[in-house]
Amino acid sequence: MAEIRIERVVKSFGAVTVLHDVSLVVADGHFVALLGPSGCGKTTLLRIIAGLETQSDGRVLIGGRDVSGLPPRARGLAMVFQNYAVFPHMTVRENVGFGLTMARAEASRVARQTERAARLMHIEMLLDRYPAQLSGGQRQRVAVARALAVEPAVLLMDEPLSNLDALLRLEMRAELKSVLTEAGTTTIYVTHDQTEAMGLADRIAVMHQGRIVQEAVPTEVYRRPRSMFVGGFVGSPPMNFLRLSVQQGVVSLGSLELRPPAGADGTVMLGVRPEDLALAENGFGFRVQVVEPLGSHLLLTGTTEGQPLRVVVPPDTVVRTGETIALRPDVAHIAWMHPETGEALEP
Amino acid sequence: MKSIKRALFIAGVVLLCAWTIVPIYLVALGGLGGEQVVYAWPKPFWPLSWSVHNFSAFLAIQGIWPAMLTSAEVAALCMAFSIALGAPAGYALARYAFAGANTYRLTILLTRAFPVGILALPLAVSYVRLGLYDTPLGVALIHTALALPFAVLITSSLFLGIPRELEEAAWVFGCSGFGAFRRIVLPLALPGVAATAIFAFVISWNEVFAAAVLTVRHKTLTAFLLSVLSESPPQAQFAGGFLLIVPSVIFIFLVRRYLFAMWGIASR
Amino acid sequence: MGRHRLVPYLLIAPSLLFLLLLFFVPLIQTIALAFQTGSGIGLGNFDQMAGDLDFVTAIKDTFGLVIVVVPLQLALALGMAMMLRKVRFGRDLVLWIWTIPLGISDLAAGLAWLSILTERGYLNTVLFHLRLIPRPESWLTYETPTALFFAIVIAELWRATAIVFVILVAGVQLVPAEYEEAASVFGATAWQRFRRVTLPLLRPSIQTALILRTVLAFEIFAVVLAIGGTNFPVLISQAFIWQNQNQVYGVAAAYAVLIMAITLAATLFYLLALRPRAGEPA
Repeated sequence: MAEIRIERVVKSFGAVTVLHDVSLVVADGHFVALLGPSGCGKTTLLRIIAGLETQSDGRVLIGGRDVSGLPPRARGLAMVFQNYAVFPHMTVRENVGFGLTMARAEASRVARQTERAARLMHIEMLLDRYPAQLSGGQRQRVAVARALAVEPAVLLMDEPLSNLDALLRLEMRAELKSVLTEAGTTTIYVTHDQTEAMGLADRIAVMHQGRIVQEAVPTEVYRRPRSMFVGGFVGSPPMNFLRLSVQQGVVSLGSLELRPPAGADGTVMLGVRPEDLALAENGFGFRVQVVEPLGSHLLLTGTTEGQPLRVVVPPDTVVRTGETIALRPDVAHIAWMHPETGEALEP
Repeated sequence: MKSIKRALFIAGVVLLCAWTIVPIYLVALGGLGGEQVVYAWPKPFWPLSWSVHNFSAFLAIQGIWPAMLTSAEVAALCMAFSIALGAPAGYALARYAFAGANTYRLTILLTRAFPVGILALPLAVSYVRLGLYDTPLGVALIHTALALPFAVLITSSLFLGIPRELEEAAWVFGCSGFGAFRRIVLPLALPGVAATAIFAFVISWNEVFAAAVLTVRHKTLTAFLLSVLSESPPQAQFAGGFLLIVPSVIFIFLVRRYLFAMWGIASR
Repeated sequence: MGRHRLVPYLLIAPSLLFLLLLFFVPLIQTIALAFQTGSGIGLGNFDQMAGDLDFVTAIKDTFGLVIVVVPLQLALALGMAMMLRKVRFGRDLVLWIWTIPLGISDLAAGLAWLSILTERGYLNTVLFHLRLIPRPESWLTYETPTALFFAIVIAELWRATAIVFVILVAGVQLVPAEYEEAASVFGATAWQRFRRVTLPLLRPSIQTALILRTVLAFEIFAVVLAIGGTNFPVLISQAFIWQNQNQVYGVAAAYAVLIMAITLAATLFYLLALRPRAGEPA
């Protein structure tokens, strides 16, 4: 257990800067997800923390100790790799016990920790097999067990579930959450899947083009996104954005009159999630173009004021393509954004 | 219609297989089939009697044993040098993106598309000055030049096939750079490296021109056979051919999977 | 962990040094040797080479061999590569058998075919049993130059087709099946598919195979000596004779330079003739 501090880390590859002045504090015992699209720098940041890459500037501290120049093995951490990196020429037992064996722990401790980690990940019956005889999901468990066995101060995970099929991913997510909550290890988890981040993390750091654009608890990131990017990236289907004009501090939308924050002038972006729109007697007009019945809800795609919009309505709603219906937003859940910078406007 | 096509196809495949195997069989026949086979007319297609007489006669020929030993020595040296020089280079190409990597790779490929054996000619002159003329070492050096491109390229694709992530995992879980290489990369690469070594051995064992140019009294098997080509009795030719073929064919069989992998052929 | 930037250079240095000493230096020396005459730099060696009794024959024989062998091998290897794709049972076995010649020395190949084609050899035995010839015929003497030529061609075909074959098989694997499937859905026959889809996609492999094979073909040595002896002079055997028998190193070097120049020209030819057209992947 240890706190992780990332102070003003910069990483450039030649003329290309991949991380711009990134700072982050992960409190002891917390689970933080680094969430972002591919290319945003999240994996690079993780590898810098691990010591697999060297930062161009800035420091990394683990448990108050500056580890910036240290090789991975001296940093007191464990890592689960995206493709598992389970050693093919060793048995599962040897794999799980590898970290302890390298640390020259005595044999009884190695055996004990190996059994324990294997039991936690439900692979105790596979201990004498070779990775080639295991399925992808089983190999993934071995990778996690190997990390847990060393009881690390810090656990790093690089998109560990991305190579599993959807159902397995769901199961593993739940297992991981229960195991890691019990262990209380400080964890940094890299993913591009916002559902995973929302479900697993204590706090989410959303990354975009080499910067952390918002770092908060999941509900905060979901409800009060700091920018159009965050609003659009977190949540599925993504947040809608309507460009509307402001007349004397009031935005007219259909028959509604809405009051944006004081800073709004000229035009403003109104952000509202598809599930925060409901059919109403009076509201604004929405012309339905596509109706997708998705079982638990209907996803309507269409236009309002000439701009695209998606709406989520209850599954038994009667609505037809080509119809124009009236919608009303949940005013408490509107996110107002600046039309040029895309940043949220503070009320 | 389809079954006729299929039958023709199978016949074609079998024919091509036979065309490959029959000459080898005939050499084996001449080598093992006793003296009568060699001189008989018309030639029999199966042995009249099994006999190693041809072999003992062959081995009794003055100079054959030493030639075989020399060939083995040269091939072993070539094998050792090729791996020692080629494997590190293969590792560098696989693991590091460094300026000049492509130029290096191109240079290596260039030497493959070149009549390297011809370089034995000026080397013969240099070797005399250096005291390497007519020595196994001298021949082994040029054979290494022949085998080196293969060693570099095969080991390069070998190391590429071992994911970097495995080394990184080893580093995270307590290994130093060299420790990770020793515990993770080496065991996984060993079969392929062995295959490369054997391939280098075979290249050296089979090479004719350079060996013939660079040796006088300490000839390799190929150089020796070449020099006695016109004078030697037929049974010696058969036995000699057989001895040239058998080790190579066996070795290639053992390492075929790695060679195919090197050339990019997947075996289903 | 890849932090030391010098590491890769240190790793490739020994091999580079080695090639420098045992490839590039001898290369320069060959050229230098060829142009060194008793009285300084000049074309004396080349004159002597050109004046050699067997020179013209050697040129004719060498080019003749290459021009006949290479296209035949390309066609045969192409056919074998295509056939291999359709083999279902025992593909591994067939692949191994067809690549056996790779492990066979050219001298051994020469000896094998010598035993078949020699006067009291297996070919004559078969022809005799089929009552096509009354008694042993000789195919390999200087009285039968055409037969000798084809004997060498067949031996080379047997020995070295595997080299081309292996390169083509690897190349064929890179041709995704979808292209040909799409072609057949749109009505192409097997031959049309081959000509218009497979062959163009194989171009890089064919180029590699041709370069490699042609370079090696100008070097065909032991097969020629085993089967033809002195009846079939080629450039490289002439180089060998001048080196080892006549011990006139300058002329041997001149032959070597000639072979290298021809090889270079052939390589350039292939690179130009088979270069990717605009839009094609290299």
